[in-house]
Order: sequence, then structure tokens, then C-alpha cells
Amino acid sequence: MSSEAHRAIEAVWRIESARLIGGLARLVKDVGLAEDLAQDALVAALERWPESGVPDNPGAWLMAAAKHRAIDLLRRRKMLDAKHAGLTYELAAEQERTAPDLDLLDDDFGDDILRLVFTTCHPVLSPEARVALTLRLLGGLTTDEIARAFLVPEATIAQRIVRAKRTLREAHVPFEVPRGDDRAARLSSVLAVIYLVFNEGYSATAGDDWARPALCEDAVRLGRVLAELMPQEPEVHGLVALLEIQSSRLRARLSPSGEPILLLDQDRARWDQLLIRRGLAALERAESLGGAYGPYTVQAAIAACHARATSPEETDWTRITALYDALAQLTPSPVVELNRGVAYAMAFGPAAGLEIVDPLRDEPAMREYYLLPAVRADFLAKLGRSEEARAELERAAGLTRNARERTLLIERAESLKRG
Amino acid sequence: MRFLSIYKTAERNAPPTQEEMDRMGRYIEESMKAGELVSTEGCLPSALGARIRLAKGKVTVTDGPFTEAKEVVGGFAILNAASKEEAVELVRRFLTFTGEGECELRQLYEAPVNSPA
Repeated sequence: MSSEAHRAIEAVWRIESARLIGGLARLVKDVGLAEDLAQDALVAALERWPESGVPDNPGAWLMAAAKHRAIDLLRRRKMLDAKHAGLTYELAAEQERTAPDLDLLDDDFGDDILRLVFTTCHPVLSPEARVALTLRLLGGLTTDEIARAFLVPEATIAQRIVRAKRTLREAHVPFEVPRGDDRAARLSSVLAVIYLVFNEGYSATAGDDWARPALCEDAVRLGRVLAELMPQEPEVHGLVALLEIQSSRLRARLSPSGEPILLLDQDRARWDQLLIRRGLAALERAESLGGAYGPYTVQAAIAACHARATSPEETDWTRITALYDALAQLTPSPVVELNRGVAYAMAFGPAAGLEIVDPLRDEPAMREYYLLPAVRADFLAKLGRSEEARAELERAAGLTRNARERTLLIERAESLKRG
Repeated sequence: MRFLSIYKTAERNAPPTQEEMDRMGRYIEESMKAGELVSTEGCLPSALGARIRLAKGKVTVTDGPFTEAKEVVGGFAILNAASKEEAVELVRRFLTFTGEGECELRQLYEAPVNSPA
């Protein structure tokens, strides 16, 4: 087969697979089985299309092929069930008549996508399993692509996905969008999965690359899909706003010598204005829906303060401190507190920042975190307390795992000694 | 990857019909729901536009309409796609919604993420 035809089929698959699997899952009530059926349809396409050409409506073709398989399967199952239960032929026929209307499959794929994402992000699964299954079934990624993105062996991901599908089946997780009480918690699980995928791409925790932009793109795409399908949920727009604005800086974070550039030192001309515009629009949407105090929306609002400033000097630090105050109440954590301290220092001077970050020295979670002494050193140096600043820089240098960072910290410590 | 798709079509004197508008609206809604369409805009008649050219140090401005052209730019879209093939498929679908015409598909430059530009 020509590789050109193969690539064209892959492209169709990436576009169609989620709605295909979603539609089938509604029919067979089993996400794992739905994926198998969809894969069968893909195999059929790989056999036919190179000769017949890609059909005009490839999605409908794939759905029809998968439906045929599904009907066969349902029939066989019903026959089997009927035999086991000792039912008469008439009853089997009755079941046939009340079988789901297969034509409904083509309608309203949006709802199927939503059901699918709530299933792949179900709390019965571990966070790693949610991520792998979501990327596989909604992102259309192969196990190999997921494995490469997370730098783990393909067998690990394959196994994780197989187990996840089994868990869903055994727990009888219904294929539905949750209503009522647990809806909010379930939605936040979905958003957390998307954010996790994004962060893994944005600040690659392993490997040589500083970031893995393809993973960021996958996360943003999922977020955008969700925002279109749940337009009334402010936090969905808040998350999308946050991801769009963070993505806008993806290409401004590395110096010519390959060192990470901090936000305030970045060349803002390299920020992606299209993504910033999209991000600001999504933020406005979140806020207009009454979501100004959702955790993602608040983080997006902070990111937006930076995005709106054409130079670091123009940053509205006072507003950022207020937003961090809100965030510290919504999702208190030592890292949020550290950032709040930095914002206070920028807005009201180093003493104000020091007052916030000093208590963090007693936090067990911060004991090994090099940024705490690095930030304190900065405040102390500005306050003229050079000796304390130098000690903190040396401590930070001892804690960081990044060689370049360590060199920078030691250099700064040396310069304080001379000064 | 990000792509620019420029749509060119024969210019008509009539504004789009309600049915055409609805079809386009449906396409945009579906593409947005699929997360592929990043940005899109449609053009007003070329009579409201102009062509500006610099040649031999001289700038000439030619006001629309561009009657001599068989096809004029009707709009553009910025698409996100994992491959050129995916972008081609998206544009193919777009054309089935709009009808006759041509799209010029171009991959957009994006500064590298992991190595300095």
C-alpha cells in the first residue's frame, strides 16, 4: 500500500476516532468493546481505501462498517444469552425489536464525546490510567505515541489501557454524562486530566527536551472541544483560557544558549498573539458566566495580567496579588504561597514578599524545593542583607537538579561575596 | 502544526443566501467542536478592497473590484492539525460545505520550542 494513502487514512482516523468510539460505546455500553469495533472499521478502511480512494464522507463510512460489526456481535450475544436462559425464539426476536436504534448513532456526536470523556476520566481509574485512556480514545493517539510522550515503554501504556478498560467494565461505569450531585466533582476530574496532559508537555519532567509541544497541543485541543460542548461551564472556559495563554509563551522560553528564560525576561514579541486573543476571550466567557472565582479561571486571570502587559513594567502587580490572595483561599498550597510572595514583592517591595514566604521554611514539602531559598535570596539581596542572601543562594544551588540553574545560582552567590 | 487555508472562489454579485450562511455556520460549529479551527474570517466583496503593489521602487494601489480575476480570496482559516494530511482532509471537508473553489493550504512558521530560534 502506498504510504500516502496510509497517511491519509491516519489523518481521517485522528479526526473521526473519538466520535466513532463515542457513538459505538453508546450502542454497546462498553468503551473497550467500542474501541475494538472502531479498530475493526479502521482495518477495513486500510484494506479498501488504498484502492477505492478515501470516500467523500469517511466518517460515515467508518461508522457504517463498525455498525455492521456491532450488529453481528449483538445478534450473536443475544442468541447466546437466549440459549443460556433457555428462552424461546420469540423472546429473542422481541429483544431484537427493542434493540437500540442504530440510526441514532449519527446524531448528536457531541453528547457521545462528552460521555466518552467523562468515562475515560472516571475517578474509578488511577490518574495515570485516565490520562492514557483519554489520549488514546479522545486524542486519537496510538499507544506508541502516548508512550513516547511520557517516556515510558509502550508495553506499560498498552497494559495501562487494557487494565483501565477492564476496570470500567467491572465497575459497571455507565456511559453517561453525570447529572446531579457528583457532576461538579466529575467535571473537575476531567479538567484535571486535561491540565495534567498539558503540564506534562509544558514542563517536561523527564527527558532532554524542555517541553513537548505536541502534548500541549493535544491538551488544548481537548479543552477547546470541551468548551464547545459544555458552553455553560465557566471553569471549562477558565481552563481553556489558562492553557491558551500559557501556550502562547511556549516559543519564548529558551535563550539562544538553550537556557530557560523566566516570564519577565521573555521577548514578548515572540508570544503568540492569536493564542493570547483566544485565551482572553475564553477568560471573558468564564467570568461572564459567573466563574471569576473558579481555580482555573483565577489562574487564567493571573496569566492574562502578564499577557496584557506589553512590557514587564506595565504588569498590574496589585491585581496579581489580589488574584493570588483568592487562589490561596481556593487551593491553598506552599507553591501558591511562594508565588503570592513574589507577587507581593513586585507590588509592594521585598519586605512584603519576605513576610509571606518566611513561614514556608517550616513546610516539609518545601524543604527540598530550591525555588524557596532562591526567591528568599532575591528578597534579602534587595533588602541589603547580602550575607543571608548568599547563604540562601548556596542552599538553592545544592538543591536544584538542573546543572545550568546551579551554575547561575553559584555565580550570583559569588557576586554577592565580592559586592 | 498550524496551517493557513486561503479560500478562493469566483466572485458573485449577490450576498450569500440564508441556506449558504446556515451551512457555513454548521461547518464552523462542527470544526470548533472538533477543536481544529483556530480562527476564521470571511471577506466582504472585493469592491471594498484594493491591491497594493511595490515594484521598481514605486507603489501602485488598484482599487477593487478585481473583475479581471477568475477567482478572488473569499476568506481564510487557521487550522491546527497533527500532519499535512490531516490539514488537507479538513480543507476537503470545508470545500464540501462551501462549494466550488480552491483553497491554498500553507503550513505556518512556528518558532522551535526546544531549540532557540
